[in-house]
Amino acid sequence: MSTGSQLRLVASAPRLRFHLIEPYHPENSVLLGFWIYLMSDCLIFAVLFATYGVLGRSYAGGPSGATLFELPVVAVNTGLLLVSSFTYGMAMISAQGGARRSALAWLGVTGLFGCGFLALELSEFANLLGQGAGPQRSAFLSSFFTLVGTHGLHVVFGVIWLATLMVQVARRGLTETNLRRLLCLSLFWHFLDVIWIGVFSLVYLVGAMQ
Amino acid sequence: MKFPKAILALPLLFALCACKMVVMDPAGDVALQQRDLILLATGLMLLIIVPVIMLTLLFAWRYRASNTQARYAPDWSHSAPLELVVWAAPLAIILILGSVTWVSSHTLDPYRPLDRIAAGRPVPAGVKPLRVQVVALDWKWLFIYPDLGVATVNELAAPVDTPIAFDITAASVMNSFDAPALAGQIYAMPGMQTRLHAVVNRTGVSEGFSANYSGEGFSGMRFRVEGLRRDDFDRWVAGLRAGGSQLTRADYLRLARPSAEVPILHYGTVDHGLFSAVVNQCVEPGHVCMGDMSAPAYGHVADRLEPSMSMASASGPRPGSANGRSLSKGQ
Amino acid sequence: MQNAQPPSLPAGPDFARLLFGRLSWDALPLHEPIVVGTFLVVAAVGLAVLAGVTRYRLWGYLWREWLTSVDHKKIGAMYVILGLVMLLRGFVDALMMRAQQALSFGQSQGFLPPHHYDQLFTAHGVIMIFFVAMPLVVGLMNFVVPLQIGARDVAFPVMNNVSFWMTAGGAVMMMLSLFVGEFASTGWLAYPPLSGAAFSPGVGVDYYIWALQIAGVGTLLSAVNLVATIIKMRAPGMSLMKMPVFTWTALCTNVLIVATFPVLTAVLALLSLDREAGTHFFTNDLGGNPMMYVNLIWIWGHPEVYILILPAFGVFSEIVPTFSRKPLFGYVSMVYATIAITVLSYLVWLHHFFTMGAGGDVNGFFGITTMVISIPTGAKIFNWLFTMYRGRVRLELPMLWTLGFMVTFVIGGMTGVLLAVPAADFVLHNSLFLVAHFHNVIIGGVIFGMFAGINYWFPKAFGFRLDEFWGRLSFGFWLVGFYLAFMPLYVLGLMGVTRRMSHFEDPSLRIWFVIAAVGAGLILLGIASFMVQIAVSVKNREALRDLTGDPWDARTLEWSTASPPPEYNFAFTPVVHANDTWWDMKSRGYQRPSAGYLPIHMPRNTAAGMILAAISVAIGFGLVWHIWWLAAAAGAGLLVVAIGHSFVEAGKRVISVKQVAGAERVRRDLIRSVA
Repeated sequence: MSTGSQLRLVASAPRLRFHLIEPYHPENSVLLGFWIYLMSDCLIFAVLFATYGVLGRSYAGGPSGATLFELPVVAVNTGLLLVSSFTYGMAMISAQGGARRSALAWLGVTGLFGCGFLALELSEFANLLGQGAGPQRSAFLSSFFTLVGTHGLHVVFGVIWLATLMVQVARRGLTETNLRRLLCLSLFWHFLDVIWIGVFSLVYLVGAMQ
Repeated sequence: MKFPKAILALPLLFALCACKMVVMDPAGDVALQQRDLILLATGLMLLIIVPVIMLTLLFAWRYRASNTQARYAPDWSHSAPLELVVWAAPLAIILILGSVTWVSSHTLDPYRPLDRIAAGRPVPAGVKPLRVQVVALDWKWLFIYPDLGVATVNELAAPVDTPIAFDITAASVMNSFDAPALAGQIYAMPGMQTRLHAVVNRTGVSEGFSANYSGEGFSGMRFRVEGLRRDDFDRWVAGLRAGGSQLTRADYLRLARPSAEVPILHYGTVDHGLFSAVVNQCVEPGHVCMGDMSAPAYGHVADRLEPSMSMASASGPRPGSANGRSLSKGQ
Repeated sequence: MQNAQPPSLPAGPDFARLLFGRLSWDALPLHEPIVVGTFLVVAAVGLAVLAGVTRYRLWGYLWREWLTSVDHKKIGAMYVILGLVMLLRGFVDALMMRAQQALSFGQSQGFLPPHHYDQLFTAHGVIMIFFVAMPLVVGLMNFVVPLQIGARDVAFPVMNNVSFWMTAGGAVMMMLSLFVGEFASTGWLAYPPLSGAAFSPGVGVDYYIWALQIAGVGTLLSAVNLVATIIKMRAPGMSLMKMPVFTWTALCTNVLIVATFPVLTAVLALLSLDREAGTHFFTNDLGGNPMMYVNLIWIWGHPEVYILILPAFGVFSEIVPTFSRKPLFGYVSMVYATIAITVLSYLVWLHHFFTMGAGGDVNGFFGITTMVISIPTGAKIFNWLFTMYRGRVRLELPMLWTLGFMVTFVIGGMTGVLLAVPAADFVLHNSLFLVAHFHNVIIGGVIFGMFAGINYWFPKAFGFRLDEFWGRLSFGFWLVGFYLAFMPLYVLGLMGVTRRMSHFEDPSLRIWFVIAAVGAGLILLGIASFMVQIAVSVKNREALRDLTGDPWDARTLEWSTASPPPEYNFAFTPVVHANDTWWDMKSRGYQRPSAGYLPIHMPRNTAAGMILAAISVAIGFGLVWHIWWLAAAAGAGLLVVAIGHSFVEAGKRVISVKQVAGAERVRRDLIRSVA
């Protein structure tokens, strides 16, 4: 209701005014809507974290996190994602300054880091499957693969979205719509970063220490 | 057409029905306390429900638009004292009911051993509860009396005025062990063990059943509950033993296959440790017991099982489960 | 089904399996006369409708004005129609259950084998909650909320269209399961391990999962939309504490949807992973834990009850003041009661399984939190009561339904609190007493509320009132039918009869089931009377026409515009000064402006909803029948459509000053003609 202060009401005698004579444009709701969506997505992760919390030690005689997790690899992966959040921030600074080419370049770098993250994660999964530690092996592994995999799937969609947006920015420039979309994706990207920090500390660090 | 006649007999049936309401007239002390709780809670709530219903009808009639005699206060929409009452009245009822709930949730906790067999009759010193292990199978009930070494299917007998301690589990899917005349119900869940304490104070027969839908044969998953005098109970046990049937693990696996409307079966001897094997899902030869794999997810089993040997391989698919459980008649 | 041989195809069975998954001719229930009969009836009705639409050349009109509409009023109406159509399906299930339970005693097995009966009660529950109650509630909110807050549409009109079609897509999956394959026979919440692959290998549970997942996307999007609408798009001057109570309940309900439906989505996804990918979340072996499913699904399931009842409370909070000609008593406490219920509804889920054996502390805690909800609920009932006090109560249809609700709902509330006492729940849990309780609150609360709302807002939506005589008849049949159908179930519950039984032995129970069946028959008459009411009203629409836009002399903003409202709702955005804004405007002698119109920008129609929903149903169908290529292709299609759509500039249509002035002039003339 930002326009509220500037409202001009129908001018006539002492009576109260009951309608506007000016065009009225409520504030754009996209960012709020996207925030609400993110909160709901956060709840999906909350369920997956809770599931992991309940089942995380049900090894069913199979391997545990301590024997499976390779912390150095995961640390590199975490680094990739954190850096990508930083580069996305740089992209936003460029975009808000109207520098299209530099924004596109930073977005490209962000996408590459995202792809690197995904590649490392996939190789980790392949490695686990090779050891016979697939999601069918135990409830622990089911919940591990589902939590980490769901995050990975989000990153995949983030990268696709990023590529789409890069095409749109390249074709149409930094329009109001594109800036808003960039802002939404940045929320999404940082959100995935926050989720990953939870995964890294609660799944990998705690798991490796057990 | 029987319907019209039946409807004419309705008031009569209403009167007759009262004596068949097992929840209102149970045979055991625990269920009796549960009934008293229902009556108390209902009475408390009626204190508020009845006036609300009366006032609704009264106000709708009294202030109907055609009644211009009634007072009309077109702008009246707030009254601090009245709003206080509006919140305080339900609050007061809930305060009382909440206290009753907190206390009764503990005194009538199904896991709590009984300290009385009826009002004013504490459990006599030295009396040990009768232990009964209950397994919900597709779709019948197996009762094992571990201290007596006998077992039954679909029949639960117990001596009157003796506390009964049920240990309950299920073989395949979730059920609820429900004997409303004794003490209500508790879930029977595969791989887990629940507990229920009850007592039966009257001789006679009532019915028990599964109260949680478990598949095709669910409707017929009923068992006979019988309160017996002590000497009759001893005779009943002796009869089971004299019958001579055995319940080995192989017999159990046969019994566990899906079947419905199973008649009462008696076993004079039972494989030792069968119940624990059922809880741990390792009755079948070659299956590693859950308790031996790791700490199970739920607390109940862990209470009584200690991890011993480390396991070698995972258990395979369970019997009769690969193709679902469609009910073949005549099994 | 799982062992079915593929149909005779030239290529080998492997090819057929690749092409058709586990779908084969055996999936068509040709051997079940009841299903075939149902199919014939549905097909005949469907063909008649299609023929009628073609005969009267309505395809273009339907496509432009309804199916692709982004107008929240039309979408709201389509939701309500969807809910009413599905009510027929769900109610036929109920009639068959009542008949089976009245017939199946002793030697008689009734007319339904257990396998069919088990699908019936599962489908009945799923349909009534997800495809009747939810569409009715969401539809009313969609229609009313933007009008009540003085907005021209919702925040995301195109997404609104998508939401509706996703819900409809879920309903299509439900109906498909009736004719192609089978539905789940697990109970409406599909507890594992029974719903796992080991014990339910057929397609029924998969239909259940994907029908709910597709509809769930629609529900979630619509909730995001309505929350954003209420927060961002209120007319100037309408602070939160000046919002109509229905809008308040809509806000709380949609916040609850956003906060709980993701849990349902996640838990159903885990169940489908167990079924399709061989994971061990809820299996008996390898560390799975079925009770985790029960906890998670009720963390969604209990708030869901309040998602349904809060908007009904909102409806009553609009109707009682209007028909008592008084402001709502205790507006502020009404709002806080709504918020309190919203928060508390999150803290009670465990009362659905006290019998799990959680111990006195846990059970006592959840029992008491449950009871605490009855305090704000009780306050609401008293507030409605004191709104009538010293009013001028007009006993028109919406008010009749409201009175029926107030008397009936408190009984359901009482038995609900009773079930919240854990020690009492041990004897009543899962009994017919429980079944009677939740029908008592859902029919007495939600359904009565929806009928009250439909009778109340119908003139606003379509420009004419609903017929009074058939409306009263419908209400009477519903009310008496409800008591006859469900009071016997309370008695049966006390007699120790449990739910979901397809056969009984004890003949003394039978009379109660017969009475309940008679009650269901009366409810059938109530539904039929409602349909006649609609038909008669359409026929007599000229006589029932509402020219003023305010047929009830009501109090909130939606009644300040025409009936039906123009697509832009308000030619001028209203400015709000008080609660009961329209009443305030009327009592201060508000004059409608007749000049100074401005052009109005409205969004363009879209086929996106239908396309996305059709693709989603294709994905769901592919996953249900293991037709993997179909699921993969449709999934890729979804991505392509989504990306493609983002390249389309959002279309706007301008309604010129001339058009606006013309529409408003017609309206003024009409009002003058009655004045």
